Amino acid sequence: MEQKQEHFIVRSRVFVIVWACLLVLTGLTIKAAQMRMGEWSMLANLLIASTKASLVLWFFMHLKYEKRIFKLLFFVPVMTITIIIGLTFFDIWYR
Amino acid sequence: MHEPGILMDEIKESSAEKPIDYTGAKLGMWLFLFTEILLFGGMFLVYAVYRTVHTADFHEAAKEMSLTIGAINTVILLTSSMTMALSISAIKKGSKVRSLLFQAATVVLGAAFLVNKIFEWREHILHGYYPDSPELLAMAHGKILYFGLYYVMTGIHGLHVLIGGGIICFMIILTLRNKVSSADYVKLENTGLFWHLVDIIWIYLFPLFYLIT
Repeated sequence: MEQKQEHFIVRSRVFVIVWACLLVLTGLTIKAAQMRMGEWSMLANLLIASTKASLVLWFFMHLKYEKRIFKLLFFVPVMTITIIIGLTFFDIWYR
Repeated sequence: MHEPGILMDEIKESSAEKPIDYTGAKLGMWLFLFTEILLFGGMFLVYAVYRTVHTADFHEAAKEMSLTIGAINTVILLTSSMTMALSISAIKKGSKVRSLLFQAATVVLGAAFLVNKIFEWREHILHGYYPDSPELLAMAHGKILYFGLYYVMTGIHGLHVLIGGGIICFMIILTLRNKVSSADYVKLENTGLFWHLVDIIWIYLFPLFYLIT
């Protein structure tokens, strides 16, 4: 069962739909930047970028169809960076 | 006397089968990608800190960027990611020619990205914005930092595009020689993983350098 899942062939249509979503999100991020919402536009841009990155990871990089260990391991570098950036900003903000 | 013979036969048999450790090969690639994430993560941290300290300068400096070229390059890389994914699906289904066409398309798109990047850099350099240029050094501290980060981050990213394109060319040769086929495609899949990661890094670079005016 697991073997079957690992070698799952994603249908071409799925990739085309994901690609279309990525293009729409790119348009959205440019619009969000032009709306001049100050600091909010930065947050919106980062959220949209992370959504795009998740789509690439989940479908193009096949993470959706991988064994659980791959999904869990991915949190290691993400959490490492989050902690390092978080701790650095505690220094920057409260210095 | 009899036993070593049996052992030899067993070894022969197993090497003839050529067992592929599929999960191991992919896990190794993912571990490498984690180090890449940390490499770029470090640079994103430096960017985040300097942008917090010199917010106004960063916004001012980003006005020098061409949103059009940035957006075109984003579309090019996203499309190349799709063709890469399609080439892997094709090889799994056993359609070699289709896979080769998609691999070639990915290389062409990667090259187009780099050509755009060269024109963009050329434009900046002609305006006098390059590391240590007198025009740049006369500007505000934040602007110098912005352009320094811009050249380092897009430069290292561009290097990754170049290397990724080279590896895909190598995969095209392996596919032609049937070393990459519907029976063993993990090399092509791992190449795809690298290419997609390079795409993800650009997904973050684009808003951070082009969309903060």
